[in-house]
Amino acid sequence: MDFQVVILAGGFSSNLVPLVSKEVPKALLPVANRPVLSYVLDLLESNNLKDLIVVVEGEDAALKVGGWISAACVDRLHVEVAAVAENVGTAGALRAIAHHLTAKDILIVSGDIVSDIPPGAVAATHRRHDAAVTVMLCAQPVSGPSESGGSSGKDKTKKPACEDIVGLDSWKQFLLYIAKGTEIKKDTRVKKSILCAAGKMELRSDLMDSHIYAFKRSVLQEVLDQKPAFRSLKQDVLPYLVRTQLRSDVSSDQNNVEEIGNGKDNMQNNEVVLSQILSNASLPSFHQVYESGLDSRKTHKCCVYIADESKFFVRLNSIQAFMDVNRDVIGDANHLSGYSFSAHHNIVHPSAELGSKTTVGPHCMLGEGSQVGDKCSVKRSVIGRHCRIGSNVKIVNSVVMDHATIGDGCSIQGSVICSNAQLQERVTLRDCQVEAGYIVCAGGEHKGETFARK
Amino acid sequence: MESRRNPRAVVDPKVRQVGFFTSSQPDSSSTQQQTEPISASASASSPPVSTISPSGNSLSPVMIPPPRLNSSDTFPLRNAAAGATSAVSPSSFSYSNRRDFPDGSTTASPGRHSRGSFVKSSAPVASSLPGIGMDSMAAAKSSSVPASGLTTVSVVTMPPGLAENASGMEVQSDQKKNSKSLKEKTTKAERRAIQEAQRAAKAAAKADGGKVPPGTSASLASTSVKVAKPAKPSTQKNEVAVSAGVTEKKGGPSEKDRKKDAPHPRMQYDDESRVVKAKRRAVVKQTEAKNRVELFRHLPQYEHGTQLPDLEAKFFQLDPMHPAVYKVGLQYLSGDISGGNARCIAMLQAFQDVIKDYSTPPEKNLNRDMTSKISSYVSFLIECRPLSISMGNAIRFVKNRIAKLPITLSESEAKAALQSDIERFINDKIIGADMVIVKHAVTKIRDGDVLLTYGSPTAVEMILLHAHELKKKFRVLVVDSRPKLEGQLLLRRLIKRGISCTYTHINAISYIMHEVTKVFLGASSVLSNGTVYSRVGTACVAMVASAFRVPVLLCCEAYKFHERVQLDSICSNELGDPNAISKVHGREDINYLDGLTNNANLQFLNLMYDATPSDYISMIITDYGMVPPTSVPVIVREYQKEHLLV
Repeated sequence: MDFQVVILAGGFSSNLVPLVSKEVPKALLPVANRPVLSYVLDLLESNNLKDLIVVVEGEDAALKVGGWISAACVDRLHVEVAAVAENVGTAGALRAIAHHLTAKDILIVSGDIVSDIPPGAVAATHRRHDAAVTVMLCAQPVSGPSESGGSSGKDKTKKPACEDIVGLDSWKQFLLYIAKGTEIKKDTRVKKSILCAAGKMELRSDLMDSHIYAFKRSVLQEVLDQKPAFRSLKQDVLPYLVRTQLRSDVSSDQNNVEEIGNGKDNMQNNEVVLSQILSNASLPSFHQVYESGLDSRKTHKCCVYIADESKFFVRLNSIQAFMDVNRDVIGDANHLSGYSFSAHHNIVHPSAELGSKTTVGPHCMLGEGSQVGDKCSVKRSVIGRHCRIGSNVKIVNSVVMDHATIGDGCSIQGSVICSNAQLQERVTLRDCQVEAGYIVCAGGEHKGETFARK
Repeated sequence: MESRRNPRAVVDPKVRQVGFFTSSQPDSSSTQQQTEPISASASASSPPVSTISPSGNSLSPVMIPPPRLNSSDTFPLRNAAAGATSAVSPSSFSYSNRRDFPDGSTTASPGRHSRGSFVKSSAPVASSLPGIGMDSMAAAKSSSVPASGLTTVSVVTMPPGLAENASGMEVQSDQKKNSKSLKEKTTKAERRAIQEAQRAAKAAAKADGGKVPPGTSASLASTSVKVAKPAKPSTQKNEVAVSAGVTEKKGGPSEKDRKKDAPHPRMQYDDESRVVKAKRRAVVKQTEAKNRVELFRHLPQYEHGTQLPDLEAKFFQLDPMHPAVYKVGLQYLSGDISGGNARCIAMLQAFQDVIKDYSTPPEKNLNRDMTSKISSYVSFLIECRPLSISMGNAIRFVKNRIAKLPITLSESEAKAALQSDIERFINDKIIGADMVIVKHAVTKIRDGDVLLTYGSPTAVEMILLHAHELKKKFRVLVVDSRPKLEGQLLLRRLIKRGISCTYTHINAISYIMHEVTKVFLGASSVLSNGTVYSRVGTACVAMVASAFRVPVLLCCEAYKFHERVQLDSICSNELGDPNAISKVHGREDINYLDGLTNNANLQFLNLMYDATPSDYISMIITDYGMVPPTSVPVIVREYQKEHLLV
């Protein structure tokens, strides 16, 4: 279908410290014991997109990601990994690989998405409208700790009121305005020309930019070339394209190129009539109305695809989101995990060892080779491979990564224990994050802390 | 016209013709032919077979150059796989840099690539890449960020046969591949032997079947295989043929399958078994609407709103579909393109793209393979929206041109010939015809005329604009109807040119007709008894006009003529979105019918077309001149042949 897929897998995201480390770039963070990138790759593979470019920030991260992909996806996908310098932003990353982009349209997918929305829908909308850019919007996910986790009175529970503010036309097809919710203080500017042309704008704060975009390649490359200051797709390139949709600087490639070829007057005339018949037949978008109103105006279309609310979509871009994703993938959205659940709605690997009187509740996952001592209780948590958990341990709403060691009598709630970390006896953690390889001393009681080596 | 359905209840003999007649006229078979696949091409369109022996897993890893840059092939995956001369063993992977393959050659020596090393390539490599000069220049310009190279970390080693229809084929056993390749090697004589073997087996089975107590068909089939085996001298080959036949079935709805059973353009949708069959093949998910008007049950009516998202979601999964065709299909489905001329032109342009990107698969005949391809595309388009008669004629033309291609032509010549043929069809039969129609019709417009038009017909719009350019003084009445309100678009364009207009809805037609001096109408098709098949409401306008003794001039290109005879608009019609008539766009406050949509006692009917009897038409303006409706069969007879030969 002449689409090229670019996955922006990021590098070591600062939002996710201390979960990410030199060993574990963001793309390889485990979600239900699988790297988050694998969810994106699976989604694309199930849509028959097997020729992918993965862009990773930083050489080391690229090596790690490349190594994982080649082990996991050999014979299934044709993946190329590109390493870009760190901190160039998403636009910078695309600039770096711009010379590899040859297809007519580019599908850009963020590498930290866990979703079941078919990307084909975005591509189809893009093609149907012949748009410069198409953005997928989806409903804001329900954030915050799960109900049973109860009352963590942290400020994370009251998430920012709205992440994105989008303006749509009355048919909900075109994007008229987009801004980050946090950027808007009191007032904001809306282009008058766009408002006049569209007639009506619907401002919505319940939709979120899903970081899945379809770009026309020529437009994308032109913008990236012309505006070297642009760093981020979402914050720079996209608002720029939306802002300028009625006074387009980018050449909409077809109209200009096609009509040069015909020398004959008659032919040219026919062509004009032809395009007129075609354009008269369809309901004109406000772009066309605007274009016809004033001479020599050029426009480009910024379309949206609004995903169905029943679809699952989460971006792993914060620690809270990490917890949410882990919870959802083995809970409500378990069709994404690819595992088959037992009758108790949990996954206990056959090689995992459970002590006597240990209970593993529903929506839990116990990785391969993990050992759990006696009288433990695991609820709504993901435990990685080869973990050793002592007896009398309570783990609720938490994520324990591979090879972690948890001593007897610990109580863990709403926390993330990274791989190789060690918790000595009788540690009580609540809403904490423990860095990889960190050792938490015995008997401590902690709440909302981050354990990392300085 | 509801009350007129019963002919006996109506006194006026004129009206009687619009009523519900069970027509005893034989349906013309030409529309049936045009979408029916040529049966001979069935054998030619079996899925491409891999030339790579999949069992040959050599251990030496072969690097496959990233395919995107080497060719503009739309199927890079297959390209990559085809480039491999031997399969890469799944366990061995290696990193390679693009530098190893400056020209994308497939003869990569294993010694040259650097295993496991992760080399970062920058600008020099990029500029040495072939075929992307412009792009790499662009990259060099923006020097703030160093260009970075790609590293292939994972490759796919699927044989191309599998890659093409990966959906169903993957599950099949190795035996199938072997049998396939075996089957391919067979010579003509061998094939003949196989065929005879099958025939003999069938005969034996039939003979056997007499003795066998009546059982299921499955058991019969199995016995036939059993009987066949000992009966034949070349047992092995027979087995191969049978297994190939079986696996073919297993492979899901392959392209061949689709094409063979393309839904009949005039399928009776109240025939349950056929509908079920058609649904199984369908690309577009079609949920039948529940509450349907009994009289129109034979027409396809689907839940609107479910098809588009589903088709969109499958965007990347429809490998055999050409992007251009897909786009046109989407536009039909979403209503972005409507109107006979525009739909026809869009389809023909998509076919031009198809032909441009077409390359004959090995061991296939261009004429036959292309015809089958076009057929499968057409059946996809039918699923998106039923064909109009103009499109049917155009498809017939294209297929005829393909079939008539001389075999001596090379592929590129044939493609060029076809493209120019299609171009000529668009220019001569559609646009050229419109020009001629305009020339004729303008002579009928006098100063002081009040012209009425209904909907938004292309030809009429051109006439009005041209007449305005000639400084004729006239006024236009645009009559419109819900739910499409196409007239508003026409109105907007006419006003922009400075033509004075009046806009009204069809409810007011009898009131407004007093002041009209001429009525100009468009048509979707003109049938050979002079009946005009057109946008719903046209019949009403024409009838009122003739009652007021206002001349009705119908503008229709001759390529929309059809030899079919139709007396009513019931047996052949199209049902639109039923929700469109119950909702008013942009006015959520008008919701009088909310909550009744799923009421079993309420059925919505949104007809798209109606048939105007020839009595109400004063004159048909076509590219062969101005003719009375009774002359349509003459034009059809005299020029239809020429249509096809062009």
